[in-house]
Amino acid sequence: MAKKKTIRTIPQERTPMPEQDPQVRAKNFEEVACGYSLEDALRESERCLMCPDQPCVSGCPVGINIPGFIQKINEKNLRGAYDILTDTNLLPSICGRVCPQENQCEGVCTVGESLEAVAIGRMERFVGDTAIKQGWVNIPYIEPNRFRVGIVGSGPAGMACAADMAKAGCDVTVYEAFHQPGGVLKYGIPDFRLPNEVIDAEINNLKKFGVKFECNTLVGRLFTIEQMIDEMGFHAVFIGVGAGYPTMLNIPGDSSNGVLSANELLTRCNLMRARDFPNFDTPLPIGKRVAVVGAGNTAMDATRVSLRLGAEKVYCVYRRSRTEAPARAEEVHHAEQEGVEFHWLTAPVAVLDDGKGNVRGMRCVRMELGEPDDSGRRRPVPVAGSEFDFETDLIVYAIGTNANPIMGQTSKLKLNKWGYIGADENLATSVAGVFAGGDIVTGAATVIQAMGAGRKAARSMKAYLGIRDAGLPYIGAEGAGTLFGIDTRERNFARVRVA
Amino acid sequence: MKTNAMSNFEIVTREDFSDVTYLLEVRHPLMAKAAKPGQFVIVMLNEHGERIPLTIADFDRNKGTITLVIQAVGKTTRQMQAECKVGTKLYGMVGPMGIPTEISHAKKVVCVGGGLGVAPVFPQARGYKEAGAYVIGVLGFRNKDLVFWEDKFRAVCDELILCTNDGSVGMKGFVTDGIKVALAGHNDIDEVVAIGPPVMMKACAEATRAAKIKTMVSVNPIMVDGTGMCGGCRVKVGDKVKFACVDGPDFDGHLVDFDDLMVRLSRYTKVEKEAHERWSESCRMTKQVGAAALDALARGHVQQAELLELPDPFEDAPGG
Repeated sequence: MAKKKTIRTIPQERTPMPEQDPQVRAKNFEEVACGYSLEDALRESERCLMCPDQPCVSGCPVGINIPGFIQKINEKNLRGAYDILTDTNLLPSICGRVCPQENQCEGVCTVGESLEAVAIGRMERFVGDTAIKQGWVNIPYIEPNRFRVGIVGSGPAGMACAADMAKAGCDVTVYEAFHQPGGVLKYGIPDFRLPNEVIDAEINNLKKFGVKFECNTLVGRLFTIEQMIDEMGFHAVFIGVGAGYPTMLNIPGDSSNGVLSANELLTRCNLMRARDFPNFDTPLPIGKRVAVVGAGNTAMDATRVSLRLGAEKVYCVYRRSRTEAPARAEEVHHAEQEGVEFHWLTAPVAVLDDGKGNVRGMRCVRMELGEPDDSGRRRPVPVAGSEFDFETDLIVYAIGTNANPIMGQTSKLKLNKWGYIGADENLATSVAGVFAGGDIVTGAATVIQAMGAGRKAARSMKAYLGIRDAGLPYIGAEGAGTLFGIDTRERNFARVRVA
Repeated sequence: MKTNAMSNFEIVTREDFSDVTYLLEVRHPLMAKAAKPGQFVIVMLNEHGERIPLTIADFDRNKGTITLVIQAVGKTTRQMQAECKVGTKLYGMVGPMGIPTEISHAKKVVCVGGGLGVAPVFPQARGYKEAGAYVIGVLGFRNKDLVFWEDKFRAVCDELILCTNDGSVGMKGFVTDGIKVALAGHNDIDEVVAIGPPVMMKACAEATRAAKIKTMVSVNPIMVDGTGMCGGCRVKVGDKVKFACVDGPDFDGHLVDFDDLMVRLSRYTKVEKEAHERWSESCRMTKQVGAAALDALARGHVQQAELLELPDPFEDAPGG
């Protein structure tokens, strides 16, 4: 047995992530964080104490065996690490990039109590990317059953649910309204944070599982949820359509040309490739001075996309202070490095136009923090007489979303008072056989939360359909191996065939 | 059942009404089954294309087709005019989108269509006819040569008033003049449905405001996804902001802020114009290259295979 590691013997500093230079990357759409090399990953794997409590595992919404895969990296067994990851998470390359690890696994890491936490996300990404490069894919042995499952929405919730149901042997079809699958991963998250090739690789893996993708299909309008169950022969349906419907500020001048939602900016740029206009047909004239309102992850994406599209100046306007900003600290930091100018404690009160309906500026008011509100954050209060104007020709609202109304309009599903789909703790809706999860149930959240919801709904669906769930994998004292000739990683009715 | 396996968005019929207006009938049996009057689709011509919203002009549940009547006004619609032939396919068509028109219990209805709005008002006129209403059609065209679907409308309208700007057929005047004639002839009109350019719909709404006749209009603003996600299609209706794609596209014409709508529609005019100019220029060049190549082939200078590698008109467009 190796010598026991202690907090003193491990490398003290977190292995830095190689990054593109801020000045260079602010002009291109290449990935900002270039990813660990094998040496980086090996060094970082040394930092895991293999502590018996494993707080990281409970900190992960999908319960990845984190020490397990880190141990495999440490043994230079990357294929083994990939096998462990894919046991619970089919999209390691995506999650390694976009999960807010500092609030999840890394936030509770034992090493993190005295040093910087182990860089779990970076190692996860390294393993996922290696698998894509090597063309590894764990195609489970799937025992087909007679069940047909329909999934509405091909974003993270839908993909996670589809993967689990396919592994359970169901015939799975995923419907997407856009012309390409991927949902928010495609239209929302820009390439410099999550390259499209990574998403496509993960989608191709799902296809290898037998999952069918049907694009250009607007469920609700082309056929309804009820029709899927009653006429189209689906035994169960999962709805993961996302929240969508962007919030506007409702201040004077809102409808001026040059005011748009972050969703519109990002969709035009990412999915429709307006950044390659006129090679692609979708236009996106970017302003010289862009003001983004809000400070969540979407707002950070909007500021950084604007820079890359050639804006000379990009402002981020937020009514609370930096501490309250909902974006990941890393994203704010990246935006700052690239030259985004932050205006904390500043709230827009009016959009100013040039008399022809185009944006020419924005009137703002300074704020100060008062008593804590319901969310526990200190409530911003306007400072009397502190209004000021500044020049801008493009204003992007990134202040959250409301429930998309299409499902409510076209089905008998019960909605809650905010218009989101009502679901119980098992994510079952008011219609038998129909489950829902992700943003359309909870309101806007993160990619990994949506994936967690997709997997939870899959568990409920399997119970509803009466499919036996083996639950835990058989891990013997020797770790992964075979038991009665069966691969011990057998899980969820599927044997993982190691190629 | 595979939904899209039943449709590869094949064009089965094409009809040219004029230099700028053309009809495409696209195979999509599932959508033909689901479509209702007042709904629209979003079409993508090719992988690099933009998503453009088009109102459904007709649907045939038996044939399993969706009919679109398109006016070549921008780069994409002109490119479609040039490239969409019978047997070719669209890259994508999604729908039917939007809340269907509520075919109310109105007993007497005026259906007004101007220019491009003539086609999309047809399913509504037919819907009202089927619901047992007395339907008065008012159609506006610039001149006699641009008139289309007169027979289709005659079949579903109890009265049809044709208006042309120059009076070459029907009465001389705008659709608003037609509405006046209809209002003068009937004092029991319950509802007016008006579809056309915003300026026309605005005028129609004004024409009925005094008489307080319910007037529904169908707006078609700029949109990307058509599923309520981008907010590009927001319209001011009364004191509320609505998204045309999921809250509409039909709204009460007396409440819609048309001036605001028209300003918003102008947002991409400049880039649109640039894109179109660039496209027509590259078409011209491709034609020249094509002609030169054919010429060379005729003289036996080039192998046929080389001909297949004509430059992609978009590949070397400036700024791309």
